[in-house]
Amino acid sequence: MTKSLITRRGMMKNSAIAGAGLAMPTIFTGSSAAAFTNEPTGSTVKFGFNVPQTGPYADEGLDELRAQELAVEHINGMGDGGMLNTFSSKALGGNGVLGKKVEFVTGDTQTKSDAARASAKSMIEKDGVVMINGGSSSGVAVAVQGLCQEAGIIFMAGLTHSNDTTGKDRKANGFRHFFNAYMSGAALAPVLANAYGKERRAYHLTADYTWGWTQQESIQAATEAMGWQTVNNVLTPLASTDFSSYIAPVLNSGADVLVLNHYGGNMINSLTQAVQFGLRDKMVNGKQFEIVVPLYSELMAAGAGSNVEGVYGSMNWNWQLQDAGTQAFVKSFGEKYGRPPSNSAHTCYVQTLLYADAVARAGSFNPCAVAEALEGFEFDGMGNGPTLYRAEDHQCFKDVLVMKGKENPSNQYDTLEIVETTPRAQVEYAANHPMFGGDDASLGSCNAGA
Amino acid sequence: MDAVILQILNGLDKGSAYALIALGLTLIFGTLGVVNFAHGALFMIGAFCAVTLQRIFGLSFVTEDPTQKDFLGRPLKVETPYLESWFGPDLGGAIIDWSVPLAILFSIPIMIAVGYIMERGLIKHFYKRAHADQILVTFGLAIVLQEIVKANFGANPIQTPAPEAFRGSFDFGVLLGFDPNAIIYPYWRLVYFGFAGVIIGAVFAFLQFTTFGMVVRAGMADRETVGLLGINIDKRFTIMFGIAAAVAGLAGVMYAPINSPNYHMGMDFLVLSFVVVVVGGMGSLPGAVAAGFLLGVLESFASNSTFKGYIVEFLHVGGTFTEKMIQGLDQIVIYLVAIIILLTRPRGLMGRKGVMEE
Repeated sequence: MTKSLITRRGMMKNSAIAGAGLAMPTIFTGSSAAAFTNEPTGSTVKFGFNVPQTGPYADEGLDELRAQELAVEHINGMGDGGMLNTFSSKALGGNGVLGKKVEFVTGDTQTKSDAARASAKSMIEKDGVVMINGGSSSGVAVAVQGLCQEAGIIFMAGLTHSNDTTGKDRKANGFRHFFNAYMSGAALAPVLANAYGKERRAYHLTADYTWGWTQQESIQAATEAMGWQTVNNVLTPLASTDFSSYIAPVLNSGADVLVLNHYGGNMINSLTQAVQFGLRDKMVNGKQFEIVVPLYSELMAAGAGSNVEGVYGSMNWNWQLQDAGTQAFVKSFGEKYGRPPSNSAHTCYVQTLLYADAVARAGSFNPCAVAEALEGFEFDGMGNGPTLYRAEDHQCFKDVLVMKGKENPSNQYDTLEIVETTPRAQVEYAANHPMFGGDDASLGSCNAGA
Repeated sequence: MDAVILQILNGLDKGSAYALIALGLTLIFGTLGVVNFAHGALFMIGAFCAVTLQRIFGLSFVTEDPTQKDFLGRPLKVETPYLESWFGPDLGGAIIDWSVPLAILFSIPIMIAVGYIMERGLIKHFYKRAHADQILVTFGLAIVLQEIVKANFGANPIQTPAPEAFRGSFDFGVLLGFDPNAIIYPYWRLVYFGFAGVIIGAVFAFLQFTTFGMVVRAGMADRETVGLLGINIDKRFTIMFGIAAAVAGLAGVMYAPINSPNYHMGMDFLVLSFVVVVVGGMGSLPGAVAAGFLLGVLESFASNSTFKGYIVEFLHVGGTFTEKMIQGLDQIVIYLVAIIILLTRPRGLMGRKGVMEE
């Protein structure tokens, strides 16, 4: 690292923020000599991994933690290096970040916004972490992203699929690698129209929170553009476990497709019950009744067992991809933990590496320098093909996978198959798209805290 | 009309679960005077008895098959259940397939033991304490049990399918003269409803027609007098606690195929079951059962958007705040009805004067 990495723009931004920082009370009372929140001074630097360790998404959180631990190993030069060998940027040398060994602490989001904020706050104030990574649930991601913005550290979002995370709730200090609901709709709709025809009547059951709303809106728009009609959209409470009374009205609604905008335990239960009520054996309007689960995960598919067979959905990434990056990651993860990584594990692993790499390229842990290094960053070798971190909204743009539940799984991990890799161009949209807050949505300005 | 029948059916199976749990709660409250917040956990443990038996039946030995590869390109490890290698794939497979019904037998001794240990080991020491103490200690116990289950089985729901013969659904509509596919109901839910009826009947018969039951009923009415007659009522009440635990456990076992068990399912049912007990009338067993079915059916209707649409139309409140309130009815309807019933009948539907009152 010989070249100077302080740019004119970064410099001006920092001084402006430093000025603002002096005038504004912050939630921190750290040393006033530091240029930014939790500036690492010793030979180590701390990352904070905020994932659900209890609550309905705990299994997902456990897989994220495994991946993050693996990423830290690889950054520190242990293990086989995983995706660092295939990553197009070579700024990380396997000796930590900027010569500092990476350590990490973990927090438990419990999949509750207030608990997630509390654990993030504690990691920032007590443990002195320079960044927060991970999580599952968009409600949590939006809450923690807001906190990191106020605190002046970088938030690398984990599994969050709501359009709002990088839409109306986007923040200058927050970055999302995972894909979003709009992209799911754009990738899925043509495949659905192709498989089930263009004259279909869809009935939506939707989890009643930010992710469900935006996913329903996205899928409805994308399928209606293909000629489908939307018969009804019913919001279901997130805490529901028995969906039978929501499913029964579908039988006589005249709909011939059921779209389940549910995730995790909700999805396992609603899909299982829809199958129990014989929906998939039913003929409506002279057509075979079909079920669609727009957002899939391996852990959910395993939970729903044979009910996912033949059901379409979408994913950010899958371990069965054949590119070099995926193979390197699956090999190191599989050898360490004896199982293939889930797509939430993948996004958290990649986010950790991307953060460390951005620090190395920026030559600083200053969140504003890191944000600048991430903005507009193009990379490859991380399992999704050429990827762009768009500067306007901090959303990654890359290929999307359309998946289908496998008809004859050969083992417990072999639950889903890749139907299509939808090219990035097909899922792109303008940063001021109406579903993403329109012209009102703004990142605001970067906050370095201190 | 078909939609109405479907929602009633829907309510009946949920009502069955409420009724079974509320029955156990009332038994414990009526005999021991303890408000048992750990009762939902007993329901959950029952469901996990089914999961455990499914796991035991599924215990497998591993052989490497060099012709197939796993996800890392190593020889695939093929798992064959011991049962299938001992009894052949037909009989072995059938035993595995029938693990949920077989779990009924498996769960009864386990649930009675859990109930006995719970009562003798912990709850016994709280008989003379205030209700608030009992609630706190049993609530704590519920959390401990929940976390133990989560530590062993993970947080995700676990698929526990019904036997192949009961999968699929029954076309009620044809039976009643409707079009085919108009009223479809899963077989297993019908089984559950019938099963609940049998258990409820058995508990009532036990209390009504056996000497043991008679003593317990007498003890519920006047514990002191029964004690003065030289009957060891405590021992009988302990046994009743075991029976109540078994009822909750059986309700859980049979519920496993309807809703994949997770560690949290007990809490989901517990609060509602308390409402059921209060609505039915504290200490009244028939009240608990009736209120269980009543609230199950009400909840089912309240979560049907079509019916809510009718209400909105009828009241001419489309597009207003009231419409939003009505759309959110499914989450509050039980409490709303509880308020109305308690305002008009403070002792609940079948509560009697002098029972469970100071």
